[in-house]
Amino acid sequence: MKQYDIIIIGGGVVGCMTARALSRFNLKILLVEKESDIGMGASSANSAIVHAGHDPYPGTLKAEMNRLANPMWDEISAELGIPFRRSGAYIVAVGPDECGCLESLLERGHENRVPIEMISGEEMLRREPLLNPQVSGALYTPTAGMVDPFAACIAPLENAIENGVEVMTGTAFTDFIVQDNKISGIRTNRGDFGCHWVVNAAGVYSDEVMHKAGVRPEFKINTRRGEYYILDSTEIEMSNILFPVPTGVSKGILVFGSTHGNVLVGPNSQEAPDKEDKAVTAKGLSEIWQSAQKLVPSITPRAIIGVFAGMRASGNATCKVCGIDYHHDFVIERAEEVEGLINLAGIESPGLTSAPAIAERVVELLKDAGVSMAVKKDWNPIRKARPRFNHLSRKEQAELVGRDARYGRVVCRCEMITEGEIVAEIHAPIPARTYDAIKRRTWLGTGRCLGSFDMPRVVELLSHELGIPVTEVTKKGPGSEFLVRPTKEVEA
Amino acid sequence: MTLKDRYDVVVIGSGPGGLASAIAAKKNGAQDVLIIERDVEPGGILLQCIHNGFGVEVFKQDLPGPAYAQRFIDEAFQVGVEFLLDTMVLEISRDHRIIATSKRHGFLEIQAKAVVLAMGCRERTRAQVRLPGTRPAGIFSAGTAQRWVNVEGYMPGKNFVILGSGDIGMIMARRLTFEGAKVERVLEVMPYLSGLTRNYVQCLMDYDIELQLMHTVKNIIGKNRVEAIESVAVDEKWNPIPGTEEIIPCDTLLLSVGLIPENELSRQAGVAIDPVTAGPFVDDGFQTSVPGIFSAGNVVHVYDLVDWVTEAGLMAGKSAAQLVQSGKQTVSPVIPVKAGENVRYVVPHTLCPDHLADGEIRIQMRVRQPIEQPVWVEVRSGEKLIHRKGEPYTRPGEMVTIPLKPAMLDAVKASSGLTVSIVRR
Repeated sequence: MKQYDIIIIGGGVVGCMTARALSRFNLKILLVEKESDIGMGASSANSAIVHAGHDPYPGTLKAEMNRLANPMWDEISAELGIPFRRSGAYIVAVGPDECGCLESLLERGHENRVPIEMISGEEMLRREPLLNPQVSGALYTPTAGMVDPFAACIAPLENAIENGVEVMTGTAFTDFIVQDNKISGIRTNRGDFGCHWVVNAAGVYSDEVMHKAGVRPEFKINTRRGEYYILDSTEIEMSNILFPVPTGVSKGILVFGSTHGNVLVGPNSQEAPDKEDKAVTAKGLSEIWQSAQKLVPSITPRAIIGVFAGMRASGNATCKVCGIDYHHDFVIERAEEVEGLINLAGIESPGLTSAPAIAERVVELLKDAGVSMAVKKDWNPIRKARPRFNHLSRKEQAELVGRDARYGRVVCRCEMITEGEIVAEIHAPIPARTYDAIKRRTWLGTGRCLGSFDMPRVVELLSHELGIPVTEVTKKGPGSEFLVRPTKEVEA
Repeated sequence: MTLKDRYDVVVIGSGPGGLASAIAAKKNGAQDVLIIERDVEPGGILLQCIHNGFGVEVFKQDLPGPAYAQRFIDEAFQVGVEFLLDTMVLEISRDHRIIATSKRHGFLEIQAKAVVLAMGCRERTRAQVRLPGTRPAGIFSAGTAQRWVNVEGYMPGKNFVILGSGDIGMIMARRLTFEGAKVERVLEVMPYLSGLTRNYVQCLMDYDIELQLMHTVKNIIGKNRVEAIESVAVDEKWNPIPGTEEIIPCDTLLLSVGLIPENELSRQAGVAIDPVTAGPFVDDGFQTSVPGIFSAGNVVHVYDLVDWVTEAGLMAGKSAAQLVQSGKQTVSPVIPVKAGENVRYVVPHTLCPDHLADGEIRIQMRVRQPIEQPVWVEVRSGEKLIHRKGEPYTRPGEMVTIPLKPAMLDAVKASSGLTVSIVRR
């Protein structure tokens, strides 16, 4: 049985950031991910916002992690080559009735020690002319930002690999190996692995993982689905992040410009007992549309070029701070019932924002537990982003094509993704072995043709580069093959 | 071929519109004519259309797509059109500077005296028709499936449901059946066919493939691969009718739900786009709102027959060559042409009466909904009838053409605007 100091379960943004933080130390680390690629759960489908931190219930872990993590994003995105824009965000009141909400939100923002200011409806309209002219006021949170959510997983884990962390995808945790009430390893579909510590970063399955060790039997993830719609950048251009005044359940349905240039609307919040049910619904669409048009009346469903749904890992953990009555807090703690387990659970929004701070908290928890944490002398904090043809100036593009002709062939015409970029991702430290893996890394196929043009070409490239038949190329892992057989072979 | 950095006419795209434009430009006196094509060989989407039905109007022959394309490819080479293949145009400026990139030819900058846009169209997607459900493998546009089957030689599924009665969808229904797949159903949300009647007869009826009008997909089921779709009947306003749901097991859903002219490059160049056609506003010589930038074929509006695309390409190429040679814009008055009763749009959007002296000008249109009885296609100037033509019926899937003749020159000249309508006889 292969031995590790620490095994991280789950390759979402929390697991990936934790792997990177722990890679600073002289520890033997393995990250296991059940899916064919990392970042396929909640981390792949969210609002991609680095929240200012005005919204979480004051005093909770959510509020604390958000406040600690927000300032970390400048350095971490620069070190790791993650697209990040500190654009600020607005919470917008429309009509006379919503203005009152802003006052209490402002107070909460102050309580959370987050930079926040009130601006007039007039000023808001000047800053975002597409906004509903009925806007009656807004809160501005200058420290909010927008990040590439896929790079936020891939970049830290690539950096972790560079610093010695091992990663196994397609490896599903099935049980713990426990000796004398101390965890000594995990069982997976690909064999057993020994370790001293396990970090449970299993996202929507984090409750089931901890229950296997008999921990917090009362803790439950009640997944909530959020649907999003992506709009054509030629139909609407907007770089601001606009929140409505919040509802009781969520921060409401946003209209926001992504790091990628498209405007997105969403999410709604629907109870979804099946953790895998990421279907979009007709009901969701009309719900999202009503709210979105209240903020930006000119947007039309005609501009939709993409849809997706994500799953929030909403937990039922009670905030442990005395006197705070809040029951959906993050779980970031050493398990009490068994030795050798750290649970990172119920990490819904602001989870992406908080991930770098959660990772540092794991370091502290391990130190507190007496784990010897010697810093590696040769730790390299830098991960260089690979070139993105479409982000370069014409001059840089010409130079890149001159250096490597494969960057001269455009494979995805809407997003202008080249063969060179695709091949580089297939052979990257975390190899992109499926269509969707390439999509998450390059944004290929996310444009207005939704991949109709690039799909046969990418399937061919994957087959060629991986040395597998085209019939074995998948969209997102086994069972999602594109092609079933060559033509002219009629089944009996 | 030595690539030059200046050309008289550069054509973007080598489908039927682009090929015809380049040939016509060359034949009408343009010296250096270049086609830039993103695929590795010329011909465009015709190369994957291996079924017949091409050339009945132009050649009076019923050809498969690649054979139709080959005639024009051969002619283009013969008259000396140059080709730049495997090359993607990134940008066209208002003053006709073209930036392109290629694995074979590197990064390129080319100056043209005139440009013909012939980028064709793309297929509408699942997101654009807002199909609910999961996002497994096995949801493809009919054109993507067509490329896989006819060009790459692979089957993208075993049991198909096709949403939309567009031509590519119906043709693929037959093609997949030939290849041993089962096409369970074709669903069409409208109360009528969106493609050609001849394709319904030859592709669906002849192979006993069921078409359900006023039906759509209510849900897509399956996590990794499509496992089934849930169909539902709809009323006239596309509202699902409760109780009519049906689960149809299948592993693939093909979408044939419409085509959209591909005008991202045109927009970048500042070309004004008609929101109804989604293509450029054009005059009768297919010049766009930007002087010296022409457009031809499905990039202007979606045609029903390739023959008309060729015809449009010939006209665009000729106009481009004339502009290049005269070196200046003709500054004669133009007359707007508008869509009237029952007409969804007309192309061209404007015409120059002087051109009518040289030969007929063909006005083409699509109707809003089927009229299954004899009609008049009328061209009026105000109340005054200038020309009319009888048709036995009109259907949205089939384009309608009415030619204006040189004999009508005086009436057209006197007009401040023409309106084209379709009225019951």
